[in-house]
Amino acid sequence: MPSLKDLRNRINSVKSTQKITAAMKMVAAAKLRRAQEQAMAARPYAERMERMLGSLAQAMGGQAGAPQLLAGTGKSDVHLVVVMTSDRGLCGSFNSSIVREARKLIRDLLAQGRQVKILCVGRKGRDQLRRDFGRLIVATLEEVGRRKLAYADAQGVAERIRAMFDAGEFDVATLVYNRFRSAMSQTVTVQQVIPFAVPAGDGTRETGLGNAIYEYEPGEDAILGELLPRNIGVQVFRALLENAASEHGARMTAMDSATRNAGEMIAKLTLNYNRTRQAYITKELIEIISGAEAL
Amino acid sequence: MADQVQFELVAPERLLLSEPVDMVVVPGSEGDFGVLPGHAPLISTVRPGVIETYSGKAVKDRIFVAGGFAEVTRERCTVLAEEATPLADLDRAAIEAQARTAREDLGLAKDAGERAAAERSLAVAEAKLAILQQAGR
Repeated sequence: MPSLKDLRNRINSVKSTQKITAAMKMVAAAKLRRAQEQAMAARPYAERMERMLGSLAQAMGGQAGAPQLLAGTGKSDVHLVVVMTSDRGLCGSFNSSIVREARKLIRDLLAQGRQVKILCVGRKGRDQLRRDFGRLIVATLEEVGRRKLAYADAQGVAERIRAMFDAGEFDVATLVYNRFRSAMSQTVTVQQVIPFAVPAGDGTRETGLGNAIYEYEPGEDAILGELLPRNIGVQVFRALLENAASEHGARMTAMDSATRNAGEMIAKLTLNYNRTRQAYITKELIEIISGAEAL
Repeated sequence: MADQVQFELVAPERLLLSEPVDMVVVPGSEGDFGVLPGHAPLISTVRPGVIETYSGKAVKDRIFVAGGFAEVTRERCTVLAEEATPLADLDRAAIEAQARTAREDLGLAKDAGERAAAERSLAVAEAKLAILQQAGR
């Protein structure tokens, strides 16, 4: 049986752990609110961009000589998988669910005989993927938007991707990240960014004027040439924002349950402690009484 | 709202402005264009410059944009800006500092990517300065 002192130490250590997790929960909640606002504020831009691109892609679609970012290279031999995770842990299954999905995707692609390259955004993803696919990881970006995520951060990532595409290093690019639904639930999303995939369903009817014939200033290809690279930046930005919000949400939930578990643990240990203490007292009493009786 | 244009100005980080206006003048890459209700559908790139919204015949807002895209339909005008600042918030000293660092970066740039970024930053700063000059500040 553990001594009273051991139990007391245990209780104290669990108590300080609980304090830490409770504080982390509060911090995550505050950050979550900010990240969520930011993610919401960024949505209109991404939506408008998608709408504009949708109508342009329709106009240009199927034509020969469409930019490669739209039409692709015509092959799908080399895939770039951009795995977006967080830099820090202690956020429940946030990172592992992204990695699980990414791993599945990579295995599928490899099984189809494709070549895969991995770009890790965030330290945790790299750490988990390094064991299985260490040789496939081409680069890792860390500390993206450490303080407050700005569009410039996303642009940096997007430029990296674009430079690789221009150098002919891959044919298809896919983002893997967590889409924010609520603090409790995030969904892992796999999104193809190169070549541009016209969002199914909307974009065609939504324009209101049916197939409005737009005038283009300057020409269609010039606009498309500017819009497509920008679109990658916007998609990356959106993914980063959604991911940030999801991370804080996941951390908040994880820390909440950790705090609760610590509370239960403390209750159990305290009960145990009191029982042990009483047992000692009883034992001592019995010793004294039986000693007195023996006289 | 048949006689007004629904004007929207969106930056990557947030929706800046969404309101009906009588007219809006956008600095397109091939020249400024005014948008009145019933404008023909148009998609244009935007160069760094000032967007002016009109209420009646008077200018209501002047907003600086650092390039982007504009989409015009009969009843709507949407500008996707890379960066947007109300003209009144532009700070001459800060812009001059930006232009200076951009010029230095241009000299130090190691590869094409860095040079392009510096050039872009310089162009934006110069456009801002030119506009301030015009406004007489």
